[in-house]
Amino acid sequence: MSAHAERAALFLVDQPRSAWHDQAVWYVRQKRDRAARALPEWEELRDQASRVKSHALSRLADYLEEFERNATRMGATVHWASDADEHNRIVYGILRDHGVTRLVKSKSMLTEECHLNPYLFERGIEVVDTDLGERIVQLAKEPPSHIVMPAIHKKKEEIGELFHEKLGTPAGLSDPQKLTEAARAHLREKFLGAEAGLTGVNFAIAETGGFVVCTNEGNADLGASLPPLHIACMGVEKIIPRAKDLGVFLRLLARSATGQSITAYTSHFHGPRRSGELHIVIVDHGRSKLLAREEFRRSLQCIRCGACMNTCPVYRRSGGHSYGVTVPGPIGSVLAPSVDPQKHAGLPFASSLCGSCTDVCPVKIDLHHELLAWRAELAREGLVPRWKRLAAKFARLVLGTTWLYRASGWLVRRVVPRLPRNLVYARANAWGRGRELPEMPRDSFRALWKRRGQP
Amino acid sequence: MGSREEILARLRAAAPPARELPEARRFGGRFEDLRAQFAASLQDAGGRCVRIEVADALIGALDQLEPYRTASHIASLVAGVPRANVRLEEIRDAHDLRDVELAIIPGELAVAENGAVWITERALPHRALPWIAQHLALVVSADALVNDMHEAYERLEVGGGFGCFISGPSKTADIEQALVIGAHGPRSTTVFLMG
Repeated sequence: MSAHAERAALFLVDQPRSAWHDQAVWYVRQKRDRAARALPEWEELRDQASRVKSHALSRLADYLEEFERNATRMGATVHWASDADEHNRIVYGILRDHGVTRLVKSKSMLTEECHLNPYLFERGIEVVDTDLGERIVQLAKEPPSHIVMPAIHKKKEEIGELFHEKLGTPAGLSDPQKLTEAARAHLREKFLGAEAGLTGVNFAIAETGGFVVCTNEGNADLGASLPPLHIACMGVEKIIPRAKDLGVFLRLLARSATGQSITAYTSHFHGPRRSGELHIVIVDHGRSKLLAREEFRRSLQCIRCGACMNTCPVYRRSGGHSYGVTVPGPIGSVLAPSVDPQKHAGLPFASSLCGSCTDVCPVKIDLHHELLAWRAELAREGLVPRWKRLAAKFARLVLGTTWLYRASGWLVRRVVPRLPRNLVYARANAWGRGRELPEMPRDSFRALWKRRGQP
Repeated sequence: MGSREEILARLRAAAPPARELPEARRFGGRFEDLRAQFAASLQDAGGRCVRIEVADALIGALDQLEPYRTASHIASLVAGVPRANVRLEEIRDAHDLRDVELAIIPGELAVAENGAVWITERALPHRALPWIAQHLALVVSADALVNDMHEAYERLEVGGGFGCFISGPSKTADIEQALVIGAHGPRSTTVFLMG
């Protein structure tokens, strides 16, 4: 079994819980559907967004230089990091130079990907994640399980217990309103005490040198505007050419993520606040490798809305932690193998290739095609287990040989119904674990078609 | 500067064939009644829209606003608000705004499709003000209403300093999808739409 399948099996031990998770995530997908259907121009927006991103990717280096020029003109300092390690060193260096020991962070999947928090902890810096969901998982010492709703896997009673232990709320408290209020008071002190704030970047605008951060809670704004030092970390792919393009992306982003028409706050940062400093760290960390690959480069168009997770039948039933990477779900399964193919070879197989992810993606990433392309690539590199390769070879032989295909069909239809159940559902039948085989039909499709007569 | 050159070189080497940049344009229709649509969108976002006929009517409308009647610390960037008592021009450090209960801030533009109001640093002595305050009131002219985000960016100059679209109060649904108003920022957002 792949690492994903093993972890998914653990998640599935608690059946009511995995059914609850499935429904919770599906509910978000339905909200997205309603928001998308309310706009007759939805497909035009997706098309435009995809074309703008694909253009930006074809001229990424030029746009990054333009962005850097304009950002510097606005008073920001721009840094470049080749990989996660360099990113962490740069961020730590800025903090150390400013004598910072207390940092507040708003949501940034990039810093999660780079494992910035443990790096800074080891060097004596207190890092507080301020997005409520991220704070919950940080207190629980867990990674986020979803990029938009980091604590979607947790029940309110568990959060109540966690807050009781860590924040001193009364035992047994599980009312989301009261728990949020307790977190608000706790985090407000952290905001007021912080010496620096770190945010992610949703969109970086080449022509103006500014960037946009979207939140519902307002945590990015408090973190970026109270302390004198603001650090913003972005992957190279966040670039869009013009401010006007934001109209398209912002109309798509919140609708795809949560079904809202816009997030509560859409902040445009151009230069530091008065008597403050702004540092922007631009990170590659494997993105240029993806860009070089024709079959995978469209994954760099991602705007991190999470819609592909919410719709994915595998994600919904296996939970975000089963992927073992920062960005889970279909997009995560495309991105992860480019960073470490050996470690994440199982992820492109954590999909039924149903294509629902591709259908909901607001920037039209061909997600299920890329997952399939990864499978081929990983097999070529010898990173697919032997039994899976053998099974695929056997399937190719059967499906590609007419007489063998017909004979196998006949054999299965005749023999399987007569076999004892414990043989049919023996260990070797991985598919049959937790699933019933369909009832075997008496005749093949070919026979039925013949009997029906030609149309 | 080593990494900068390396990254740019890698991206240039990896660049796919040139793809044309599509023209930026509007998509979708227009609303019949921008004011009504704005109010409805803002309500969806958890905020409230109060229509006032003329600028002079603002004080009377504020008197109807609970946080205005009860707050002891009110910061206003709109002139002539009698109960405003936080002297913003004297505050150097944004941390000293921590006790502000109500902030009253002028907006420059309002978007009918999503109830968002555009504010900028031009009017704002401290970026933190709209978030550190417990409640927020925005004042914007109905003449500054646009249909959607496409139209908003046609009108805006986003290049200078800080700007933000604010749509409703601070909120979260991070605990079991239950919507809670008042996450870190304002517990309520009221928009006074003039004219």
